[in-house]
Amino acid sequence: MIRITVDDEAIEGRAGQTIAGVLIGAGRTAWRTAQTGERGVFCGIGVCHDCLVTVNDVEGVRACQREAVDGDRVEREVRA
Amino acid sequence: MRVAVIGSGIVGAACALALVEGGAEVVVIDRVGVAGETSSRCEGNLLVSDKAPGAEADLAVASNAMWRVLAARLDAERPAGQPATEFEAKGGIVVAFGGGEAALERFAEVQRATGIRAEAMDVASLAAAEPYLSREVVHAVHYPDDAQIQPSAATQALLDTAIRSGARLVIGDVTGPLDRSGRADRSGRLAGVMTTAGPIEADAVVNCAGPWAGEVAARLGARLDIRPRRGVILVTTPMPQRVFHKVYDSDYVGAVGSGDAALQTSTVVESTPGGTVLIGSSRERVGFDDRPGVAPAAAIAAKAVRLFPFLEETLLLRSYFGFRPYAPDHLPVIGADPEIAGLVHATGHEGAGIGLAPATAQLVAHAVLGAPTALDPAPFLPGRAGLQETA
Amino acid sequence: MTGVTVATGVTDTTRARGARRVAILGGGPAGLAAAQAALAAGADVTLLDEGGRLGGQYWRHHEQLTDRRLQHGWGRFERLRGVLDRAEVHSGASVWSAEASDGLVRLRAVVGAADAAGRTALDIEADAVVVATGAHDLALPMPGWTLPGVTTAGAAQALAKRDGVTVGRRTVVSGAGPFLLPVAQSLAIAGSEVVGVHEASRLTGLAAGWLPRPWQLAGKAGELVEYVGALARHRIPYRIGSGVVRVLGADRVEGVVIAALDAQWRPIPGTEREVACDSVALGHGFTPRLEVAVALGAVVEGDRRGRFVAVDEAQRTSVDGVFAAGEVTGIGGADAALAEGAVAGFMAAGGSLDDDRMRGPLAVRRRMRAFAVRLERAHGIQPGWTSWLSDDTVVCRCENVTRATIADRADVPMRAMKLATRAGLGACQGRTCGRAVEAIVADAGGAPEGFDRRPVLAPVRLGEVAALAPDLHALHTGSTVAAAGPEQ
Repeated sequence: MIRITVDDEAIEGRAGQTIAGVLIGAGRTAWRTAQTGERGVFCGIGVCHDCLVTVNDVEGVRACQREAVDGDRVEREVRA
Repeated sequence: MRVAVIGSGIVGAACALALVEGGAEVVVIDRVGVAGETSSRCEGNLLVSDKAPGAEADLAVASNAMWRVLAARLDAERPAGQPATEFEAKGGIVVAFGGGEAALERFAEVQRATGIRAEAMDVASLAAAEPYLSREVVHAVHYPDDAQIQPSAATQALLDTAIRSGARLVIGDVTGPLDRSGRADRSGRLAGVMTTAGPIEADAVVNCAGPWAGEVAARLGARLDIRPRRGVILVTTPMPQRVFHKVYDSDYVGAVGSGDAALQTSTVVESTPGGTVLIGSSRERVGFDDRPGVAPAAAIAAKAVRLFPFLEETLLLRSYFGFRPYAPDHLPVIGADPEIAGLVHATGHEGAGIGLAPATAQLVAHAVLGAPTALDPAPFLPGRAGLQETA
Repeated sequence: MTGVTVATGVTDTTRARGARRVAILGGGPAGLAAAQAALAAGADVTLLDEGGRLGGQYWRHHEQLTDRRLQHGWGRFERLRGVLDRAEVHSGASVWSAEASDGLVRLRAVVGAADAAGRTALDIEADAVVVATGAHDLALPMPGWTLPGVTTAGAAQALAKRDGVTVGRRTVVSGAGPFLLPVAQSLAIAGSEVVGVHEASRLTGLAAGWLPRPWQLAGKAGELVEYVGALARHRIPYRIGSGVVRVLGADRVEGVVIAALDAQWRPIPGTEREVACDSVALGHGFTPRLEVAVALGAVVEGDRRGRFVAVDEAQRTSVDGVFAAGEVTGIGGADAALAEGAVAGFMAAGGSLDDDRMRGPLAVRRRMRAFAVRLERAHGIQPGWTSWLSDDTVVCRCENVTRATIADRADVPMRAMKLATRAGLGACQGRTCGRAVEAIVADAGGAPEGFDRRPVLAPVRLGEVAALAPDLHALHTGSTVAAAGPEQ
């Protein structure tokens, strides 16, 4: 088990899951605010950049590519 | 009067609009279509801050004022489908790191003498204006008249407007001149141009082919020494706005103008309405070489990170490059060809073509139609000594 | 500056031996087969894979989370992986620049956690490169496709295999091609009810395509039987000549509209019906990942219905020392990729096509090329799909550009169109919408050009790029890079 925070809320996932996998496993399907609405995972293999999140203060991380590490701080990105 | 304009970049589009509104019957000829090359491969800086006193500075100041009126008009008259110019009178801030402050202030001083507004900024006002700027910056000068435009969109808006006023766009490549009888010929006054899309008769031909203007001139039997200079630009992913003006490193101030081929860079960082940050730019004299490799991008990135440390962790989205037309004496070439009657050139803007387009168009309308202008055409004439020596 | 260390791709000892240095881009079937063959031919091999674990899309896995029923040809994967101890292997490697000149290949990558800042720089020089960068799903736009819960078919499979999760509990699968079958199986095993699989192609097309040789479908007869068995076991309806044409919902997927499609993939009026679901997996085909090959100068052939790296029988591209294998050269499945990879790796290492070891791969390659043609004939995207778009349907997901906005600007050069509308200029750089934008431009009478050229090949941070510059002191004093006035 690993534990990460998403916008300060703690959620649990399994070791080796991507951040997208942890988020979906925790029942979340949308975690980015785009100009026309909420987005989550789309291509799942790092191509579409829909699933971007800020991880440990670094912006623009593809949640579907990044393996979640215990203690990761994940934050929502909002496109103005 | 029938006028053929060769090239539908920003200069060709601005000339087409000025000519059609001056009463001419205008055909624009381009190999690929509107803004297919240089004008879609640059930054859209409308600058006065980088101009040392002289003829080009005077042209830049006049053109800057014209852009404010023109962009507002293009956007106000914009029908559905025509892009907005994204004109922003955001102003520029030129900054110096330790050791460069004296040169920057001296440069600003001579600019002020010619009427360019250049205001020294104190630490507090700089921090308020650009909170993410490097704390190592020791001096800054604010140029309120520097502005920005989306160059491709502005070019398209200009050409769309010209076309709505009666200009015509023909996709084709110019292959040679037409003489009075309508045949392709290399003697006498130009009667138009032969193109891959057929002959186009014209009473005047305006060569706005940018870095390819020398080649076009040669096909029309004229001599014009215009060469390409490659510039690479970087674009980041969209982000919340952290850069609020056009911000330049002043390291170019006082640098000896160099004609060699070595990679040169000057740092310009700015946000765009799309949320990306645009970072320019390099200049290399390598002909039309289309493989810039990583060296220019690395040099630009390094200097941009120095200016705005947050950029270090910013994702590079894409890079692009274009070819800027320059003359041996580094001045724009605008006016009648000294040898071929009926041929007018408008090129050689060397990376300043977006900013100088409206004033260039006014000079072209003056040369072709005799339209009035307050600008002095003399420094830019193709027959000037600085060009003839090398042609 | 973040700590950036530079590793070299090739050790001094290998140079001393004079072995050919072969770089392989991609750790899927084609790349792994290329590595094995190049090693067998005596080359020094450096393999770069962007994934955290080797295997590509086909062998995507997680030691604990992947259900074994979703793995095919696992023994082959383990054998290929087993020989890699003689190669230099970099997982998590993003190759962001690639150049080829004078018979030398130069690659620049950053290695580390995906999209982290300050990853380790890798600068590789090689005598030859095998581009085995694969393909990604092509999901066609439709109204509602930006709603959370809509994913590509590949995403559904990747999440099932790698993460052991599904986006929803009730999924509709729609698109074209045999790949929809394993996707449906993956979803079912990972715990989502698959409401139906909708194949846009019609029976006649299917029969003319792969039905005469169904064993070639996804590699092996056993695999096909297994997929069909899985559909039956999970009671998943398989409908041909139909597809999802609209996704319903306010903030997330609440249902879909399914319509019968004609041979041109136009929805047939009056056949629309709503189906409730919370997730949709779309896979209308594949888009090869061409940017590395294009950056290396390789010629790409085809039209807007499909463009691939042109290769000869030896998997040579148009550029000396640049080879390509797998889905970048044509969509042919895992067996084709394995065979092409073996040929490419062997030839890149300086081998000969006459070598006995090439007979098997060459034979498979020939057979699978023919299969790829039939696959495209049976399942290839048909131009009528654009009729299920509305004017206000978002086509470019990154920049939220609608169909009408693109169509209104179809008459200017593609570059000008993109800059006027922002279509394809966003974070994914047109990887997702490129083919759709081209189709809309073509419908509107324009002349689409490709979206294939992307000078920045993979996400890289400015600090990582800046690390390649001569030091800042040198920059500032102008000893290597002179200063110049601003560019306008």
